Amino acid sequence: MKQLDVSAIKDGSVIDHIDSKSTLKVADILNIKAEEDVVLVGMNLTSKYLGKKGIIKIGGKILDQKEVNKIALIAPNATVNIIKDYEVVKKFEVVVPEVIEGIVKCFNPNCISNYGNTKAKQHLINKNPIKLRCHYCERVMGANDIVLI
Amino acid sequence: MISFKQRDVISILHFNKEELLYLLDVTKRMEQTHYSHILKGKVLAALFFEPSTRTRLSFETAMKRLDGMVIGFAESGATSIAKGESLSDSVKTIEGYCDVIVLRHYLEGAAQLAADIVNVPVINAGDGSNQHPTQTFLDLYTIQKTKGTLEGLKIGFLGDLKYGRTVHSLAYALAYFGAEMYFISPPNLRMPKDYMEELKNRHVACHEAESLQDIGKRLDVIYCTRIQEERFADPIEFEKVRGIYRLSKPILEGLGVKDDLKIMHPLPRVDEMDESLDGTNYAIYFEQARNGIPVRKAILATVLGVIE
Repeated sequence: MKQLDVSAIKDGSVIDHIDSKSTLKVADILNIKAEEDVVLVGMNLTSKYLGKKGIIKIGGKILDQKEVNKIALIAPNATVNIIKDYEVVKKFEVVVPEVIEGIVKCFNPNCISNYGNTKAKQHLINKNPIKLRCHYCERVMGANDIVLI
Repeated sequence: MISFKQRDVISILHFNKEELLYLLDVTKRMEQTHYSHILKGKVLAALFFEPSTRTRLSFETAMKRLDGMVIGFAESGATSIAKGESLSDSVKTIEGYCDVIVLRHYLEGAAQLAADIVNVPVINAGDGSNQHPTQTFLDLYTIQKTKGTLEGLKIGFLGDLKYGRTVHSLAYALAYFGAEMYFISPPNLRMPKDYMEELKNRHVACHEAESLQDIGKRLDVIYCTRIQEERFADPIEFEKVRGIYRLSKPILEGLGVKDDLKIMHPLPRVDEMDESLDGTNYAIYFEQARNGIPVRKAILATVLGVIE
């Protein structure tokens, strides 16, 4: 039997195939500090596809679409597995949506979306490498410019 | 069939080549045909949160020449905005008083936000350093009228290419017409990376330089811009570049420019173009400013659906 680098969880979500360097950022997005159930974080694990990968397992939590979308922006190669009674009941790859609303802060300080109650909004213009165009000020953001709200 | 009825005019990125040519065609009709009364009973709200002379007055003139009416403000100090009213609330209220909104704002994306909120057409008259599409339409019209074509020209953009929104919009538009572009600026005012990448993605031949030396003689048009003091947070940075470019008749002749070179400028100028240029065949910037009237007539008439 294969030895797991990071122990299995009974119920919850597993985010796998995270680019290793982005693991803690993904952990931040998911606000794991607030979790009360088991949380396991692994970095620099061997991956056939990525060389080194990260993995996060969150007990008792089923990720919703908005959270998955956020992960997609930071770790576009990640996969999300939903676990029930140690079995994978749902498996999906993260996909950056065509329109991203209320997730990414526009990096342009003079953009109207950084003032008042305007909800930030971007359009996906390139998937890999990721490029987003602000709906309002039209600035193009790359992966390094992405700051989540 | 192209129709601009009820359409917002926010960014040149929202227009394809056919739509630009359509608008230039309507502009020509506006200049050659005496239209009156076609906007009778229509109200334009001109909301200028930033100072403007040419854009605001030419929109007002265009509307009034077509028998429309104008309401609005030239600065927000005497309005509810000074009391802290949000842009969203302002435009939601004002849309009930008018048929079309023309908006200039110091924040980038303001016109798009307004367009998302209201049901009347919104025309962007400049949003921060982002876009100024109606200036681009009149720039294109001026080039087409004076050079006889928009296709395959060598265009030099000179001055503040970082904050100069007219440059950003015009470069995008000219990309449709196979222009070769030369961007001449001091290092700290270069064309932003995003725009350069977008132009290269559109297969535009782009060149960057710090002076017109060796480049001037190749150009069909020089689009000169003012270095905008109001865009600099640090006055020391502004002082470093103030007056760095000064075009004059002797300088142009020294560069060996083409006889049919045309000099454009969105105005106002400060010291980047000497008055010795004004009476020459090179200078078309006052004609360019005058072209604001037929262009804005065409935009108003088409978005209000009275001309197809």
